[in-house]
Amino acid sequence: METALRLAHLYPKLMNLYGDRGNILCLRRRCQQRGITLVVDELELGDSLEPAAYDLIFIGGAQDREQRRVAADLLETKAEALHQAVAEGVVLLAVCGGYQLLGRYYRPAAGEELAGVGIFDAWTVHPGPTARRFIGNVVVRWQGGTLVGFENHGGRTYLGPSARPLARVIAGFGNNGRDGSEGAVRGENAFGTYLHGSLLPKNPRLADHLIVQALRRRYGEVELAALDDALEERAHAEAVRLATKKAIFRKR
Amino acid sequence: MSAVSGPRTAVAVTAAKAAAVLSRRLGFGGGTALPGLVADAVAPGLAARLAARLGHGCVLITGTNGKTTTARLVRNIAQAAGYRPVHNHSGSNLMRGITACLIEATDARGQLRQPERRLGIFEVDEATLPEAAAALSPRVVAFTNLFRDQLDRYGEVDSVAAVWRRALAALPPATTVVLNADDPGVASLADACRGPVLFYAVSDTACAVEEIEHAADARWCPACGCEYTYSAVFYGHVGHWSCPGCGRARPAADIEATRVGQRPDAPLRLSLSTPSGQLDLSLPLMGLYNAYNALAAVSVAVALAVPAEAIQTGAASFTAAFGRQERMVVRGREVHTILAKNPAGLNQVLRAISAEEGPKNLLFLLNDDIADGRDVSWIWDVDFEMLAGQAALLLASGRRAADMALRLKYADIDAYPGIEPDTEAALEMALALTPEGERLYVSPTYTAMLQVRKLLARWGQRPPFWEEA
Ligand SMILES: [Zn+2]
Repeated sequence: METALRLAHLYPKLMNLYGDRGNILCLRRRCQQRGITLVVDELELGDSLEPAAYDLIFIGGAQDREQRRVAADLLETKAEALHQAVAEGVVLLAVCGGYQLLGRYYRPAAGEELAGVGIFDAWTVHPGPTARRFIGNVVVRWQGGTLVGFENHGGRTYLGPSARPLARVIAGFGNNGRDGSEGAVRGENAFGTYLHGSLLPKNPRLADHLIVQALRRRYGEVELAALDDALEERAHAEAVRLATKKAIFRKR
Repeated sequence: MSAVSGPRTAVAVTAAKAAAVLSRRLGFGGGTALPGLVADAVAPGLAARLAARLGHGCVLITGTNGKTTTARLVRNIAQAAGYRPVHNHSGSNLMRGITACLIEATDARGQLRQPERRLGIFEVDEATLPEAAAALSPRVVAFTNLFRDQLDRYGEVDSVAAVWRRALAALPPATTVVLNADDPGVASLADACRGPVLFYAVSDTACAVEEIEHAADARWCPACGCEYTYSAVFYGHVGHWSCPGCGRARPAADIEATRVGQRPDAPLRLSLSTPSGQLDLSLPLMGLYNAYNALAAVSVAVALAVPAEAIQTGAASFTAAFGRQERMVVRGREVHTILAKNPAGLNQVLRAISAEEGPKNLLFLLNDDIADGRDVSWIWDVDFEMLAGQAALLLASGRRAADMALRLKYADIDAYPGIEPDTEAALEMALALTPEGERLYVSPTYTAMLQVRKLLARWGQRPPFWEEA
């Protein structure tokens, strides 16, 4: 029997600000090398999401203007399906703007508040145009190791009682630059984060974690074959070194 | 009483000139920005006062990619037309760099030498345009294109467009604005212009690509939100666009490339239709993006009423900026260095490289200094995949060499990428591994380019850049 996974890439044209495509390339390649076919469907504005059809869902980040259009479309055509999918164990990864829109709401520096999908018990507030933007290399602690990436966001995200942070900040800002949290997790299968870079190629452990979750749900217990990650690990280690070189804890 | 030769100005000019000499002696580089900083501190507004003395006024050139090449082409054309250009040729394109180059054109008393023959040709950083436009009252402002570039520094593409609109709305109504009709993000700036507008475009659809690249940014109509449709895409989001929703479309061009001749290892040949007649140009450049740079430069010349013969002569005398797109022979290998610092730019470079003949020896240098952009995620938006099966040598270098190598690994370009973070060691290695007589392509980001060009200048006996031009 052929092993296959199906991924819904939400708004690849609109939400593609920081090399988000690298995440899809990474998942596809790491599946392929284990003989797993990853089928990617690109869903844009107006396209409906069939929750039962997918094993994985990905959404990236966008400019403000695009983010407004996506926020409206998410609520209109995809919110219900997203809730259903996450409840049924579909693996979800939301990066940066996508992460913000899957929280409860986003309050921009100016203009109307955007209602979010509410997958994560989290909300984001932009403290105003003069507030410092959180820009730079990030290293966070995750499951006994590290994740690396780059963050660039004005909004500060706060987690409610039913959300867990994805990781703890070692260097950088994370959710809000205050409480040391980065990202959010709901259940075992929905992940939100500010890290791009692209995120998954340099964090193969996280990529495999997503693939394993998706495989388990469809095929039962699985073990992934190890891959040659020498280059991935080197890029990861270099990113850790560059992010932590100057100061472990930045002045806030 | 002359404000320019006032005592304060003279002091500022002297101090700035001293700073330039000092900066050069101390080995800080071309001494290109420090004098501007010094002058600004001693006599603020100096740039505006000196610019007001330029007999032929000045031209500002901005945009994401192609500013330097376009400005250099304008410079050559202006020289052929008998002007004496004041040009920030070192690429120092913030206000202080422009001030410094105006100071360089003065004598010891703070007077411009030969003011009546002077034309200012200033490459201007995207974010500096409002300040430069307000200070310099330009005769012509030209835009190349608008792509995502160093989002951590400039912010989003929309914010750059908003900054430009603000600058355009404040221009004197006599200023001519030169716009790229094929880039919807640039063409739509026309609404913000108060004075005359000249559009340039490519009409030769033989250079169209099959599908829109990942580096396309302006895909949606700002007026109605619909996705643009294209009858031809040239690169990124540049092409023959229209909006199915509200009917906005690529405007008719005043200066048009009716034929773009690109043959491997041959100069770029352009047939242009202009208000001053038909022009045939041949340029030692590669890639369609350079056809657009040439169009922008010719449009500026048209706006300045430069005669066709001078445009032709000027273009014929053109050589690319050192380190930006240049071929030179080092140790028996032809080294072709091409600056690329964002997805749209690097895609164009890769397309041009793959169109050339012979084995491809490639060295990519990725730095993450402020001038490069701290965020290197943009390399994942570059279609390196187009090099698959073509690389004989593949090396990654720079501070983010490992990131670059990983991206190259994902592109499945035959050769397994080598990593050497140190620029000098990487260049040594690349030269040693490139067989004699073959060509080595070096594609650095901005700060890596500065290092590469210093090394190549040493090994290839080229003068450092500030002695050039
Ligand atoms: Zn429209």
